[in-house]
Amino acid sequence: MHRHGPHALDTSMTLWRRVSAVLLVVFATACRNGPSADEAGDVQEGVGGELLVSAAASLANAFAEIETSFEAAQPGVNVVLNLGGSSALRTQILEGAPVDVFASADVGNMNRVVEAGEVSGEPRVFARNRLRIAVPVGNPGGVAGLDDFGDERLLLGLCTSGVPCGDFAREVLARAGVVAALDTNEPDVRALLTKSELGELDAGITDVTDVTSAGGRVEGIDIPDELNVLADYPIAVLTGAQNPRAGEAFVGFVLSDEGRGILAKHGFTLP
Amino acid sequence: MSRPSGSRARRRRTPLPLLVLGCLGIVLFILPFLGLLSRTPWGRLPALLAGDVVTDALRLSFLTSIAATAISLLLGVPLAWLLARVEFPGRAVLRGVVTLPLVLPPVVGGAALLFALGRRGLLGGALESATGLLLPFSVWGVIIANTFVAMPFLVITVEGALRAMDSRYEDAASTLGAGPWTTVRRVALPMIGPSLKAGLVLTWARAFGEFGATITFAGNLQSRTQTLPLAVFVALESDRDTAVAISLVMVAVSLLVLLTLRERWWRVP
Repeated sequence: MHRHGPHALDTSMTLWRRVSAVLLVVFATACRNGPSADEAGDVQEGVGGELLVSAAASLANAFAEIETSFEAAQPGVNVVLNLGGSSALRTQILEGAPVDVFASADVGNMNRVVEAGEVSGEPRVFARNRLRIAVPVGNPGGVAGLDDFGDERLLLGLCTSGVPCGDFAREVLARAGVVAALDTNEPDVRALLTKSELGELDAGITDVTDVTSAGGRVEGIDIPDELNVLADYPIAVLTGAQNPRAGEAFVGFVLSDEGRGILAKHGFTLP
Repeated sequence: MSRPSGSRARRRRTPLPLLVLGCLGIVLFILPFLGLLSRTPWGRLPALLAGDVVTDALRLSFLTSIAATAISLLLGVPLAWLLARVEFPGRAVLRGVVTLPLVLPPVVGGAALLFALGRRGLLGGALESATGLLLPFSVWGVIIANTFVAMPFLVITVEGALRAMDSRYEDAASTLGAGPWTTVRRVALPMIGPSLKAGLVLTWARAFGEFGATITFAGNLQSRTQTLPLAVFVALESDRDTAVAISLVMVAVSLLVLLTLRERWWRVP
């Protein structure tokens, strides 16, 4: 009993997916009252069931909105978002998590998944992100730009190295020739933003989209284009996908005009 | 095993269900450590541990956990005394508040400390303008976060011992002319000595392993606020071997201290 537990669970999950897929085909056929279309964004036959999407934490707000619109366009598909640091998501996939779609905040983590043979087809870049300086409302430290990151008197933070926002920020500071007088290396971008919001840090370097999603709780200061780093966000359906058809439909939606519109609204640059 | 109680216990047979469940409990504790050992890069271990990230974190961890234990001793014992011996309204509520850090996620504790003692916190701003001392992102921040999370262990241990203690010894001392302070110092404290030491060990161990409140309140900067647990967390994402090496150091140091002090201080009946 004990030894067979996980397998029995797998079989029943697969069975359930099949049953629900069949039911959805029947349902979709019965309810269809328009001409069938295969373009992304339109209802596709036989696409349904649960879809597990692992997405970088910086995509949280944009993908929540994409999820709602996609589920409205594809009734029967239930998108489940698994949000986290790209490197943690990559580790989960390589350890065998049953993920359908992977959207990474950098090319490096996606490449590791491609090299492991876990991606079906080619990853496609669907968005780009730049860096921005986040300061508390009212900018109490009087931060004007990257040069201020060398100021010992200010309280300054970055994401720690290894996290995409931390690596990119270090690259930008190196380009600007600034030796940073840091006070903290935060484990992820949300922690860094929180400390800027609370006014405990005078400045931190985050993604443009993070400043946008923080609403009015922090102020953003632009980094000149010639110093800034443009991070590519690739997306792909995985070979281990339990629901590849819905996965393709989801990727198609992200790349469609509607998906691009949502990404742009949340501050992403479009490729 | 020279203790008489040990031989008496050995003669009784352990019921089978207890034996089986107890062994399962052992497996649950041992297995993660075996996992850690299986991933240890033994050959590179000395080189990994000699790196300045590890030595800085080790020094800082010892400094802050010992400081937190000392502050807990200074403030925690009087607090335990108040809770155990002084009748006042709201005592039950206060006892609940004191033990709250035991159940609260440490990250919540760290955020609460930030709201209270941060630059824009309740007291933090006043503290900074009065003394120039800024707690977040400083070693003092680490010590305060450690104390906040670890001191309840000392308070509940000492309070329990004070309640269980036979107060007639103190009565006898005061009858014989000892003042209240002398009674506390010469009678009560020696009597609860073993509990006090056990509480101190637990407090130190909790402070040594503290992560959530520290990174939230004091941030993470090598040689200033990056203790061993923070160094492990950061290294896990970027440098697995170093992370495993630091984890191994933490396990070894904690085990060594707990075993040594348990033998010497914490008499097991």
